[in-house]
Amino acid sequence: MLTDVLAWFADPANWQGEGGILNRLLEHVLLSVTATAAAALVGLPLAIWLGHLGRGGTLAINISNIGRAIPTFAVLLVLALGPIGTSYLGPYGRAGLATLVALVLFALPPIITNAYVGMREVDRDLVESARGMGMTGVQVLREVEIPLALPLIMSGLRLAVVQVWATATIAALVAGPGLGRIVTLGFVRQDLAQVVGGALVIAVIALALEVLMVTLQRRLDPVARAKRQAAGTSVLGSVELRS
Amino acid sequence: MALSSGVLWAPSATGNCLVRNDWICGEYVRTRAGIITDALVSHILITVVSVLIGLVLAFPIALLARRYRRLEGFIVGVTTAIYTVPSLALFALILPFTGLQPVTVVIGLALYSLTILVRNVIEGLKGVPADVRESAIGMGYSRRRMLFAVELPLALPTIMAGLRVAAVSTVALTTVGAIVGYGGLGNLLLEAVNSQFKAQVLAASVLCVLLAITFDLLLVLLQRLLTPWARTGMGS
Repeated sequence: MLTDVLAWFADPANWQGEGGILNRLLEHVLLSVTATAAAALVGLPLAIWLGHLGRGGTLAINISNIGRAIPTFAVLLVLALGPIGTSYLGPYGRAGLATLVALVLFALPPIITNAYVGMREVDRDLVESARGMGMTGVQVLREVEIPLALPLIMSGLRLAVVQVWATATIAALVAGPGLGRIVTLGFVRQDLAQVVGGALVIAVIALALEVLMVTLQRRLDPVARAKRQAAGTSVLGSVELRS
Repeated sequence: MALSSGVLWAPSATGNCLVRNDWICGEYVRTRAGIITDALVSHILITVVSVLIGLVLAFPIALLARRYRRLEGFIVGVTTAIYTVPSLALFALILPFTGLQPVTVVIGLALYSLTILVRNVIEGLKGVPADVRESAIGMGYSRRRMLFAVELPLALPTIMAGLRVAAVSTVALTTVGAIVGYGGLGNLLLEAVNSQFKAQVLAASVLCVLLAITFDLLLVLLQRLLTPWARTGMGS
């Protein structure tokens, strides 16, 4: 088994062409980066603003519960069979647009919920003190709330990245783009080495992304160490999605 | 698309939503009730068995993590790593050991549930106030009795929260099991990729979401039954 998988990796034919590892990897990375960036651009300002105002909490928190109950496979399929369709979208590959829309939809819940919870968990006394010092609303937001909410904001982004990477894999089930296609075609050809080889590529990169995001999260957050010692991580902060 | 143009030469079928390939089609549900029920039942079985296995395994692992502090980081690290692996890849990696069997899907889903539940059991036990624990010791409770009579009941809300997350995400994830032929309602979805059968896609999707909501509500109900003190306003 192991030798078969190694032989599959060693065959240059498996790396080249539209269905090769390199092109599928490119599609997968492009899809994941675009979708995460788009979701962050829409979700972060919205969640931070709602958190700052203290409004829309029910929606911001429940959006994660709703997202969790909806199968990614179903959403991808509804989009692909619907008006968006499965046509090629440049380097994003077959059903590129349907996949992108689905990825953004599933990246939004962890980003919005965690950023909102992060904003609300900022010590109210600190916010009051900042106002008492004469800071304007925008100043409080920029100098106090966002820096203190950063650990959870980053945690939401990390969960979104993992979620997006996993959902992009499922796109293969609707004959879409990305690395999952190597696995599904392996099933069609009854080629176990290809199935396992493709799955290994997906899994190893997923783990690397998680490590990268955790490292980034620690780097970007000067307050984290002190805060982590002071209090355990919030239960609400660990909300996540899976695909 | 191909099906809807077929209507042109079959005017007698214009009233038939199956032929028009509509998203909503009562005729579909009527004519394929058997197939839908079978898929639903297998979906429920796969979900329930997976979550139960995850739950049963989560307790000893969480207790181990609590007893040996050094193990905690390792256990949380390994389970998080498993959780990071996308479902499609996880099923494909289990496949060489188990073959095209339901057990492939069940092992994968149980591993995901395990991750969520281990974390929540650890958190729940950590949340038991130290003075409560000291009182139990002072009253002469043994370790085992303290665990079952004091700590687990107090940790129950956190554990149940984890169980709800695990159940709801497992219902959604079961669909991906279609890749090895055992995805419950996911099998109907995968079939529709080739047939472009819209009514089947919508029916299976809606049933998945309804199933997730049903599990969630049942677990909320179970929690209310298991924690009567929370309702009477006594304790936390």
